[in-house]
Amino acid sequence: MNNWIRVDRDRCKGCELCLESCPEQIIELSSVMNIKGYHFAVQKDADRCTACRLCAISCPEVAISVFRVLKKRQRAS
Amino acid sequence: MTSSTGGSMPEKQPFKQVFGYPRGLTERPTHYCPGCMHGVAHRLVAETLDELGIRERTVGISPVGCAVLAYNYFNCDMVEASHGRAPAVATGIKRARPDLYCFTYQGDGDLASIGMAEIIHAANRGESFTVIFYNNAIYGMTGGQMAPTTLVGMRTTTSPGGRDPLQKGAGYPICMAELLNTLEGPFYIARQSLLSSREIIRAKRCVKKAFQLQPRGFTFVELVGTCPTNWGMAPIESRRWASENMLPQFPVGVFRDREKEGDA
Repeated sequence: MNNWIRVDRDRCKGCELCLESCPEQIIELSSVMNIKGYHFAVQKDADRCTACRLCAISCPEVAISVFRVLKKRQRAS
Repeated sequence: MTSSTGGSMPEKQPFKQVFGYPRGLTERPTHYCPGCMHGVAHRLVAETLDELGIRERTVGISPVGCAVLAYNYFNCDMVEASHGRAPAVATGIKRARPDLYCFTYQGDGDLASIGMAEIIHAANRGESFTVIFYNNAIYGMTGGQMAPTTLVGMRTTTSPGGRDPLQKGAGYPICMAELLNTLEGPFYIARQSLLSSREIIRAKRCVKKAFQLQPRGFTFVELVGTCPTNWGMAPIESRRWASENMLPQFPVGVFRDREKEGDA
């Protein structure tokens, strides 16, 4: 699997709600700060992402977009 | 949407975006504190406007409180009402232009305290607009004072020893959904919480239903959320505290659905 999330780093306020929501526990806070002075969320292990969207649903800032890689049979449609 | 981090983009693999930024919200970052559920409530309304295709025919009324700047974030026409008077403004808009969709977005200090008369009478008249009520049991913007919905024993800046109902002037928490459910006027009344992804998905269903039923009468959705800053907790901790303490006082559920009852 190569699904991935994209975090808008300058929208993120580092509230950690996505960290708790992720069933695979693959989101962490970055060591550097964004423009507002918050440690923003990053995905550390993209291979385990199932694109379940739970992180994006719980994000109060709507800073997360989720992308799913299509399987072969889905590509045809 | 300036810069991005996260997983690397795979090459030559067809992909689909399964979650993105709704068109119903403007690009502007919100002023809310980290972990505040107002952002989630905004997204639920915005996605509903997108999905029903009514964004260009909708007027929103922003309240006074933390969400006072909601007109900066919703990508539809917005009107600012004075404190608690959003249902009165919505009544006027809806009567002048019955073809438009109209919603008010109010907090508990706005709706349950100073705006109590407006909401009760708008509900009783059965005006056809939607009320989104964000309940976090405290006055957020003004610095954490006791609200009508504050739980018994909960510490706020104006009840430092905890809310004591026996003390003169403190009283008991008001449950707005149950209160409005005693009236004949409302068409749809629901309360949902925003304390986990699962509960947010359920809340989304209720918000969408409220907008769908809006042409037939008064629809009301209460959303139980958190206020990490004024509760003095981390966002994750405040979510846990709310599910343990707020949900017994404010049970979730659909209190009235006239469409299902079939007597509309």
